[in-house]
Amino acid sequence: MIQSSDSVMLEVKDLNKKFGSIHAIRNLTFDVKKGEVLGFLGPNGAGKTTTMRIITCFIPASSGTVKVSGMDTVQNDLEVRKRIGYLPENNPLYQDVLVDEYLKFVGEIRGLKGAKLQSRIDEMFQVCGLTKMAKRQVGKLSKGYKQRVGLAQAMLHNPDLLILDEPMSGLDPNQIIEIRQLIKKMGEEKTVIYCSHILSEVAATCNRILIINEGSIVASGTPDELTSNASQSGGFVLRVKGTKAQVQSKLSAIPGVTAVTIQESGDWLEATVTSGKEDVGEKIYKCVSENGWSLAELKRHSASLEDVFTQLTRG
Amino acid sequence: MQNIAAIFKKEFKTYFLSPIAYIFMTVYLIITAFLFFQGFFLINQADMRGYFDILPWVFLIFAPAITMRSWAEEKKVHTLELLLTWPVSDIEVVLGKFLASFALLAIVVVLSITIPISIAIIGHPDMGQIVGQYLGALLMGAAYLAIGLWVSSTTENQIVAFIIGAVATFVLFIISTPFVTMVLPPFIAPLFTFVGLGSHFESISRGVIDSRDIIYYFSVVGFFLFLNVCSLGSRKWE
Repeated sequence: MIQSSDSVMLEVKDLNKKFGSIHAIRNLTFDVKKGEVLGFLGPNGAGKTTTMRIITCFIPASSGTVKVSGMDTVQNDLEVRKRIGYLPENNPLYQDVLVDEYLKFVGEIRGLKGAKLQSRIDEMFQVCGLTKMAKRQVGKLSKGYKQRVGLAQAMLHNPDLLILDEPMSGLDPNQIIEIRQLIKKMGEEKTVIYCSHILSEVAATCNRILIINEGSIVASGTPDELTSNASQSGGFVLRVKGTKAQVQSKLSAIPGVTAVTIQESGDWLEATVTSGKEDVGEKIYKCVSENGWSLAELKRHSASLEDVFTQLTRG
Repeated sequence: MQNIAAIFKKEFKTYFLSPIAYIFMTVYLIITAFLFFQGFFLINQADMRGYFDILPWVFLIFAPAITMRSWAEEKKVHTLELLLTWPVSDIEVVLGKFLASFALLAIVVVLSITIPISIAIIGHPDMGQIVGQYLGALLMGAAYLAIGLWVSSTTENQIVAFIIGAVATFVLFIISTPFVTMVLPPFIAPLFTFVGLGSHFESISRGVIDSRDIIYYFSVVGFFLFLNVCSLGSRKWE
């Protein structure tokens, strides 16, 4: 994938971070282009939050560089911070202030003033559905509304790079759909990095996924690429009537099939057929009809992102 | 500058959003007035010497009470991570917070203006002296606040910040009092006298503003604000 360098929004190169004897991040290298929504996945303690903290200039890396639109996060940290909107993990907020005061404060720190600031705040109220909550105290809002305030804070200055660490926690399904659309919209012209454990969420929102484990990248690609590369691909599940031993031996005999497991459920047998890259669907059907078994179900078992995730990050 | 102003505004407002500032003002004014007027009529002199003599001890409790929350709370609820990823430098944040705490202390101190007014009604105090004493009190208060702010930046527990802040200022105050310097070897005693907060307030409580005392208090403020910036920067250490 060759892209002209000016479309690269975030460039992370050979990043390492050590906390004492703990090597939290090892040689992390990736870049994110403009107009991309990158899903950043990994189990707890994989180094997701540490990476985000380095990108947002909260802590420096032990070695390696991070550049945001070409600017180094150490040398040019104030300029970089201006371009980033950040929703940290667990959404920290000032509890005592009112919602509109809070956004006003954030806007002022972001260098917005007067009418421009007010119009941005109004827009955020609309976009995040906070209009009714403007005069409420932040600490007394429900979790979902707090999350919206956090999002409004991150997007207030219309940042080039939006970093969201678990943005959906505490939102109800309707809100999740709204916010997901919002992130997608942001991702059209801006760049979004989206850290999450909720894999279906990432699959629905992001156009590229990065999975890290123990501080290094273990997989990268579009959601489809990742699931189709997983080794479980090409599997089938079928429900047939027949004798267990016969079904087992006949299915195993099909060329390309690597494993067959059979479970009995009532009168039916449920067989899971695993194969390599080869598509064995037709052969399975032929085998079933040649032997005269009754067939109730035959479906392709495609690997989910969960499978990919567990495969790559376990052990 | 705009950043410092934004942080100042937010911090200052926060004091008044919870009952802290109001309780603080009321209690401060009642206690100082009570302690002062206990002896005032016995001495029978129209000056505020007695008032400013007790101030260092009163500030010992009140200054850390103002600053204890400043950093400890941010650390505890992790807003620090947000604050320090906004486009503000660590120095600006420290200055904004310090100025906000100073503004609160200044308001409270100035509210006690009813005392000199009362004295002026019943006697003829030296107003120049009283103005000097007030200025001195603010300087000393600023030094206490800077110490308290630094202590708050080293913990995420407000109560710890309060107690350690009070102890730290107490130690720095008494090391220059005769009580301590008397027992020290003669060659060290002058050093303690110079470093301690107490000796520099003696002339101030008489209403004499000496440039050396001013420089001293400014240095203390500068030094502890510097330590505060360092303690924020410690997140970047390996």
